[in-house]
Amino acid sequence: MELFKNTNFDFLGKKWPFIGLSLVLTAAGLVSLAVRGGPRYGIDFKGGALVHVTFAQRPSVEQVRAALSGKIPALEVQELSGKPEDLIGTDVQDDRALQTASQTIVDSLMTAFGGQANGKYNINAGDANELAEKLRDPLAAANVPMSQQLLLELATKITDYRKYHSGLIRNLDELSSVPGLSPPILNVVKQVTYPAPIAINGTEVVGPKIGAELQRKAILAVLYALGGMLVYIAFRFEWIYGVAAVIAVFHDTIITLGLFSLFNKEISLTVVAALLTLVGYSMNDTIVTFDRIRENLKIMRREALEPLVNKSVNQTLSRTVLTSGLTLLTALALFLFGGQVLNGFSFALVCGIIVGTYSSVFVASPILIFWHNFLESRKGRPAVATPSAPKVNGPKEGVRRGTAKVK
Amino acid sequence: MKRNIKIKIGIIVAVVLICIYGIIGLPKSKDELVANWKKNIHLGLDLSGGTQLVMAVQLQDAFKAFADNTIERLKEELKKDNVDYVTMDRNDPNKLEDADKIQVDIKGVPVGKGSAFRSVVSDRFPEWTLLAVNSNDYRLNIKTTEALKLKHDTMTQTMGTIERKINGLGLTESSVQPTGRSDAEAELLVQLPGVGDPAHVKQLLQTQAVLEWDEVKDGPFATREEALAKHGGVLPLGTKLAPTVPRGGQQSWYLISRSPVVRGTDIRDAHATQGELNHWETNFVLTQEAAKRFERYTEANINNRAAIVVDNQIISAPTIQSRISDTGRITGAATQEEAADLALNLRAGSLPASVIYQEERTVGPSLGADSIREGFRAGIAGLIAVTLFMLFYYRRSGINATLALFLNAVILIAALAYAGATLTLPGIAGIILTIGMAVDSNVLVFERIREELRAGKAVIAAVDAGFSKALLTIIDTHVTTVVSCAFLFIFGTGPVKGFAVTLVIGLIANIFTAVFVSKTIFDFELSGKRQVTALSI
Repeated sequence: MELFKNTNFDFLGKKWPFIGLSLVLTAAGLVSLAVRGGPRYGIDFKGGALVHVTFAQRPSVEQVRAALSGKIPALEVQELSGKPEDLIGTDVQDDRALQTASQTIVDSLMTAFGGQANGKYNINAGDANELAEKLRDPLAAANVPMSQQLLLELATKITDYRKYHSGLIRNLDELSSVPGLSPPILNVVKQVTYPAPIAINGTEVVGPKIGAELQRKAILAVLYALGGMLVYIAFRFEWIYGVAAVIAVFHDTIITLGLFSLFNKEISLTVVAALLTLVGYSMNDTIVTFDRIRENLKIMRREALEPLVNKSVNQTLSRTVLTSGLTLLTALALFLFGGQVLNGFSFALVCGIIVGTYSSVFVASPILIFWHNFLESRKGRPAVATPSAPKVNGPKEGVRRGTAKVK
Repeated sequence: MKRNIKIKIGIIVAVVLICIYGIIGLPKSKDELVANWKKNIHLGLDLSGGTQLVMAVQLQDAFKAFADNTIERLKEELKKDNVDYVTMDRNDPNKLEDADKIQVDIKGVPVGKGSAFRSVVSDRFPEWTLLAVNSNDYRLNIKTTEALKLKHDTMTQTMGTIERKINGLGLTESSVQPTGRSDAEAELLVQLPGVGDPAHVKQLLQTQAVLEWDEVKDGPFATREEALAKHGGVLPLGTKLAPTVPRGGQQSWYLISRSPVVRGTDIRDAHATQGELNHWETNFVLTQEAAKRFERYTEANINNRAAIVVDNQIISAPTIQSRISDTGRITGAATQEEAADLALNLRAGSLPASVIYQEERTVGPSLGADSIREGFRAGIAGLIAVTLFMLFYYRRSGINATLALFLNAVILIAALAYAGATLTLPGIAGIILTIGMAVDSNVLVFERIREELRAGKAVIAAVDAGFSKALLTIIDTHVTTVVSCAFLFIFGTGPVKGFAVTLVIGLIANIFTAVFVSKTIFDFELSGKRQVTALSI
């Protein structure tokens, strides 16, 4: 099966509407960024504290705020749709307050939503060792004594059960499905423990200094990486190719960042990894097209640059669409099934792949033509390159001789 | 079959076997296979669950302590040599960056004693440079070499102490290391796999556990004011006031000696035991040298009170009933954990400088498990979709691409296992990009072969031309990405670095699979036949 056979779309002839679209998207992204005062950084970059909480019965955002009011400033509550999990965060910047911020959030939540302990042990906190310790004596008292090893195995089975159920045991009767947990043992577990209707699944605290540092380092790393690519491409092709490729990649990054801003999504360290990934993809697309242009410059020496570039884009179109489609498929799978932690990451990939594919055709290639036309016009020639132009802006061209076109 | 195809196939089979061995070893059972997999593939804390702490060691604390020590010694030395002075003080650098700006000011040295003063400092305090502010006042600045040494020693000591404390809790897989950021020499990274709640660890690290055994000079008093009032508002020389640990809302004050009989450094061992009435207590054993001192002191002070002070709070103030030589006992712990923590802190010693937490990340086991499960599910879904499409679109040749794709994944994972690298979430991002580029390489080659076939070339020639023409493009795209990864690795921080490493390994594996392996499979398929007229592509 073949999707694109000898296509001949006039991409570059219709470049203006697409360049217009690019400009509109870039402008929209920049405006959104400007209106919101820069990207919405996650606590990785701005500093703050974040707690991942699973509630058995999700309280309203107002209830959570009420439970924490007066204890922690600048609170943010984020409900994750389709998940029992919530994120509760603050962007306190003060170093000293941050030392205890996550603990304060956790403690206040436990007080407000933790249920009645009645002196029992919370089975939704602590590890297997602790649980085993709590169960040992009561089990012996109830005539179901266990060796240390068996006891630890049992406790591990219980914590593993918890692990695969979002960290939350809602009802102790659920545990009857755990192998080895016979009714008498379950009775003891019920005597000794209770399931708090809230589980803390993770906390993150980043000091503002380290946040600023991570931000600076990430931006520098990306800029240096772009610079490195520019130099390499300039070395392999010509410097204008490097510039065109880097502008295209830059265009993709800005638009993706703009989309993050438009959808009010947070930029975290994982999102930065995704941005790096899309830089890689977009660069890949651009180089494949450029390689074809360079090859065609050698064999179609009579052709003017614009039709030649157009032909090259068409020749690589099948590969561009296939590759992008396939990677988009993977990214979509990640976006749909990848869960909450990977959500920002996969969102960036989905946007980036689409924009990146588009930019290698409609941004990188036109830049080559613009530059070429600019050089021609400086020589006082017509703006459009003519077939008899002595030098096409290709690499190391000697005297141009007629060569048969390859189909 | 041609000989060089056999060699190529041999190489490929060998690589596959080495990789599989690196990932799962030589398992004899299913359990062993899983165990080997877990042993070889190190999951980062974001996937396995655990806690990561980045802390800044407040080096200025160590510098202040060093200056205080100098002041004490200098006072003694000056007394010995009959050099007078009016005041001696140090400045109070509060920021980490200002640690080496520590200064000691000595004011009011008589002009006639100037040279004697200078020689005391230059002979006995070579760590400092002396600066004459005017004819009576002097200033000491720490020497650069000495400051470097002090910083280094403080960091080493801090790391050692933290390690001892953490290991004391049985967290043996934990690690303490410098973060390695060039501009953050005082930063430490502590990783605690499997620890879902770092509060206990943090508390343990923060507790200084500076133990002293002091003589009680007077007391108890109900309040600090009462104690001061009794002594006319001025404390007797060489004494200080210390409160007891509040119990049941009650707290009393004692006047105790300033220089302790026994210090924390004199302790050889400590452990928690269950004493009378099943109360938990902490027993400690002194070093030989301290034991002799202790013996003399207790013998001379029978029926006097002593105070056991931990972190400037009196834990207990027992009456000495008999001569004690080398063991002591600290009672009053509410729980076993409290007694055990104190014992651990006494054994491990205190940190030479306080720490401030810059970053703290805890990933609960269920969150990590969710990430793995969801990442895995997404990966499999993506891989199946890609495979099905390749098989449908390129038919027989799609098998080729799929094989190369899977081999790429195997090599990548094996390389991570052999290098002992940890797999983190950004690392998975690197793997996804690798798979994307692997697919791309195959598509590039196949589309090229189709083009050549359309141009009328014979099958074998078309395959050869397809590979050789696509090779240049593949190399260009890969080298560009490797170049950018090099920069990400050099300038990036943790996660960005992890991404770069996985990606580079993946790209190298990809050149091998997409170019070498895939071509070999084509050659193998085509070599058997005399006349090849059609290619399933």
